[in-house]
Order: sequence, then C-alpha cells, then structure tokens
Amino acid sequence: MTGLGSDVVYVKDLEKRFGRFVAVDKISFSVKKGEVFGLLGPNGAGKSTTIRMLCGIITPTSGYGRVADHDIFYEAEGIKHSIGYMSQKFSLYEDLTPFENIRFYLGVYEVPPEQWKDRIEWVLDMTRLHDVRDRITRELPPGSRQRLALGCALLHRPEILFLDEPTSGVDPITRRHFWGFIDHLAGEGVTVFVTTHYMDEARSCERIVMINEGKIVVTGSPSEIISEVFPDTPDSDLNDVFIELMSGRDS
Amino acid sequence: MSWIRIRELARKEFIQLFRDKKNRPLLIIAPFVQLLVFGYVLSTDVRDVRVGIIDQSRTRESRMLRDSLEANQTFRITHYKDHPKELEEILLRRKVDLAVKIGPDFSERIRRGDSSPIQILADGSMSNMASVKIAYTSLVLDKLNQNLIRELYHQKMDYGKIDARIRTWYNPNLESRNFYVPGIVAFLVMLLTLLLTSIAIIREKEVGTMEQLIVTPMKPYELILGKTIPYIIIALAHMIAVTLFAIFWFHIPMVGSAFLLFFAICLFLLSTLGIGLFISTVSSTQQQAMMTTFFFFIPFFMLSGFVFPIASMPTVFQWLTYLNPLRYILIIIRGIFLKGVGLGVLWPEFLSLMVLGLIVFASAVKRFRKRLD
Repeated sequence: MTGLGSDVVYVKDLEKRFGRFVAVDKISFSVKKGEVFGLLGPNGAGKSTTIRMLCGIITPTSGYGRVADHDIFYEAEGIKHSIGYMSQKFSLYEDLTPFENIRFYLGVYEVPPEQWKDRIEWVLDMTRLHDVRDRITRELPPGSRQRLALGCALLHRPEILFLDEPTSGVDPITRRHFWGFIDHLAGEGVTVFVTTHYMDEARSCERIVMINEGKIVVTGSPSEIISEVFPDTPDSDLNDVFIELMSGRDS
Repeated sequence: MSWIRIRELARKEFIQLFRDKKNRPLLIIAPFVQLLVFGYVLSTDVRDVRVGIIDQSRTRESRMLRDSLEANQTFRITHYKDHPKELEEILLRRKVDLAVKIGPDFSERIRRGDSSPIQILADGSMSNMASVKIAYTSLVLDKLNQNLIRELYHQKMDYGKIDARIRTWYNPNLESRNFYVPGIVAFLVMLLTLLLTSIAIIREKEVGTMEQLIVTPMKPYELILGKTIPYIIIALAHMIAVTLFAIFWFHIPMVGSAFLLFFAICLFLLSTLGIGLFISTVSSTQQQAMMTTFFFFIPFFMLSGFVFPIASMPTVFQWLTYLNPLRYILIIIRGIFLKGVGLGVLWPEFLSLMVLGLIVFASAVKRFRKRLD
C-alpha cells in the first residue's frame, strides 16, 4: 500500500467529514523527501483540515495516509517525533518568554538535557531573538513571534515540517526572509509541506497541489501547471491560474 | 513515561499560574478568607440569648427564677415589661429571643406544693435556633425545680431515681466550630482542584496551544500528570496551611495522626482531579468549565454532611451520598481531628474513597483523548 520509497507523505482517497459537511473529499497525493511542497487553495478549501489530519490532530473519516512511515489512522503517535508543525494561529505560550517556550518544547520533545544549551543558542541565532529572549512573548512584534513559532517547531530537528499558512499577517520583508530560510532548510534535506494562498510564495514550491471545496483541482510544478492551464499565453502566472481554476469551476 | 516532559509541563504550569498577578491573591489569600468566614460565621451554637420578662408575681421565688436564668451565661435579661402585649411586641421586633411570663400566683402555687406554670415564648421562624434555646431554658428550669423541691421538703430527698450524667465525648463543649472548621479543608481542596485543573486544560484548548501539544510526542497520561501535579502540590500546601490555621487560630483540637490526614487528602484528590479532568473533556470554554464545576459542586456540598446531616435526608438522597467523595473525607477528617481514630476504625471510608477515586480518575483519563475531534 505504501507509495514509492522516497515518499515521506503518501495519501490515498483521504476524506474528512464534519457531520454532513465534506471538508476534504477523497484526495490523493504524495510528497518526496526533501521537497518543498505547496498545498494551495482559497479559504475553506480544506487545506488546514488536510494538514491537521497528516499531523494526527484530527482523525480522518476514511482513506489511507502515511507520514514518515507511519499510518495516520493507527500510528498517529509514531509520526510525532518526525514532524514539526506550525499552525495558522500563533500557538505558543504568550505569557512565557521565548526562552521559556523553547525550554518547554525541548523538554516535551525529549531532547537530551546536555544538548539544551547548544540547541537554545542555535534556535535563538536562527530566529534572531537573542535580545528579546527574556521578554514576554505577547509583547513581541508579529514577525518575531512567527520566527519563534518556527524555531520551536524545528527544535527537535524534524524530517518533515508542516506549515499552515505560515506567512499570513506578516510583512513582505519578513516573508522574503522566511522563504529564504525555507529554501535553506530544504537544502539540508528537510521536507517542507506548506499551505498558502499567496501565489508568489507558491512559486517557491517545487510541487503544488491546488484544492478547492475539498477536491484536488490540479497537481504539478508551478511551470507545468501554468502551461497546462494556459497553453497559449506563456506570460501568465500562478495568480491567473488560481483565479481561473477557483472561480471558473463554479460558473 | 518521560519524567522530563512531565517536569517541564508542571514547571510551565507553575510559571503561568504565578506570572498572572491576578492569580496570586486568589491562590494565597482566598483560602484564609474562606476559612475565617466559615470559622466565624458558620456556627449553630446558641450564645447570648436576650430574654424579655414579665414578672407579675414579684416574690422571692420569681426572683430565684430570674437569677437562675441570669446565672447561666447563655441568657441575658434585657427587657422587663408589665403587659403581655409589650412582651409580644419586643419578640415580634426581634428585640429579644425569648419571652418569659411569670403569672401573679406563681409563688402561692409553689408554696402550696402545686406545680406552677410559666409561659415561655420563642421565635419559631428560626426553627433550629428556637429548639436549642428552649432546650437550654428547660435545663435551667430543671435545676431550679430541684432546688425548690429540696427547699420545700426538708427531709433528704433525691430528685428522681435516675441520675443521668451526660458527657459529650470528642467535642466536650459541643462547639459547632470544631465540627465545621476541619471539614473546610476538604471543601477548599475540592473547589480548588475542580476549578483549576479543568481551567488549566481548557485554557490550552482556547488559545490554541493544545493543538501544538497534540503534534508533540507527549503521551496523554504525561499530559494529565503534568497538568495535575502542580494542582496536587498547591492543594496539599493549602491543606497544610489551612490545617495549621485551624489548629492555632481557631484552637480546633487535632488529636489524630497528621500523616493519616495527609494520606486521606491524597486519596480524595484522586476523585476531585478526576472530576476536574472530566469537566475539561465536556467543556470547550473556561466559562463552561466554571458553570459545570458549580453544577457538580453544589450537590456535592449539599449531600456531604458538611452542614446538613445525612441522617436527616430522605432515603434516596442518603443513597446518593455514597457516591460523594466529600462524604467520606468529612467522616475521615472529623474522625482524625476530633476523635483521633485511625485506619482501624476509618478503613471503610478510606477504602470507599480509594475505589471511588480510582473509578472516577480512570474513566476521566479514558475520556481524555489526545485529538481535537
């Protein structure tokens, strides 16, 4: 049942219903190791639901899925050492300092205490939060908080990083930095699974799956998708594709 | 099981709890305020009964009656009146608690050797207090009767053949404070753990940090332990502080084993933490958790025997009290504090508390799932 050996995420006919509402409607795709993979779609398309099923936060209704060689139905706990997750909403402790947040997640992920000092330095360097390490997180600007959240998701050196709309509400400069960092991570072999509705960000992904109303609309690399949807106008971009596919279907 | 995880979670919980300045007075001062209020207010002892009196006899005998009332420290004659109407008036206006009417032929009847009726009026709108006051009055009159009989019949004569000498054990002066104050320990521990554990878990759901915890390898029981250990520590600290305060401030006798009391509270915590966890699984906001806590707490309080005696409840409600951990802990606490009894006597309560605690805690843990749907 498993996909190819190099697939770190493999999903087949995955479905999630909330009562009568079908949030994710039998989608299938796979993500290769070390890839930057983008899950695109408008608000309410089922992006967050998909990512949350893959991370073991919610249980799928039916279908099959594997993440880091563990079944998402039966071995959800096994996945958790291998993944990092950053939710759409800032979800660290706002009443703790960055240092206390980092320390807490080091403990939770069972990083051996003798490595804590180095790991804390590494994360504070990477997130450029050295100066504010003892300030209350609530008082930090959104960009710093977002870097802290990313830092905490990477503390245990996960193989796969799940990012649910990581750059919503963040200024363009921080977004640029952020994507530079994502490329750097991918270069180190980390698989990055990201959802977004910013099409300029989607360009940075190696492969994209676009979904709408719980269904997959199109799959491929950004350039493949553009030439598939607009074979005759080579100067089109992903924005045009997105608008074409997401609004065109309804009419 | 990872001790580091549990330790870090408990540590984080403490930091959050004490960083919020609003929590500090709540955690430190509130138990003492409650103890003081309960200790001073919750009393069914009858003290300082104000008596209004009409003495139409005005004789040596009637003065003896007045004197013997005043000699008893419970009574204080505050009003002397001439007309029965006036007496009724001051009773109605709650100027006095008890009205005594001595008729004009009071002394003559006694001297003749007849029995001489006097009228005592009490305010029955406070039924409990009224019956206690009447009982006290009867005691005083009884004593007076004995003296009068001795005086009238000069020969040696015993008043009746049965001489009951009543001693109340374990609380010789029948201080109601001795009865109520030790129980407050259980009451405080229960309120604190129910509320704080459920809120500690709900808060994480509300702000979204629960989602982040779920994607970590933390196991559900580690989460539960890390979340409850801080409140176990706080509850035990409260228990110790409140017990010491009860002993040294209210002079409640503590004749039993402090260690046994500590052990009993630990067993009791199993139930209250279990209920707290259960509340966290059925509520999704802190407000709901608060409402649910009181929904549980009021019946637990009423059906515990803390204030209202279980023996006076209708049978069905008496059965219900067997499901109430508060019932057992109160029996244990009063037994240890006032009687000094140990496991030899209290083992049924300890056993019940343990079984109840294990069932409640285990079913709460079973309900507690590490997913969001």
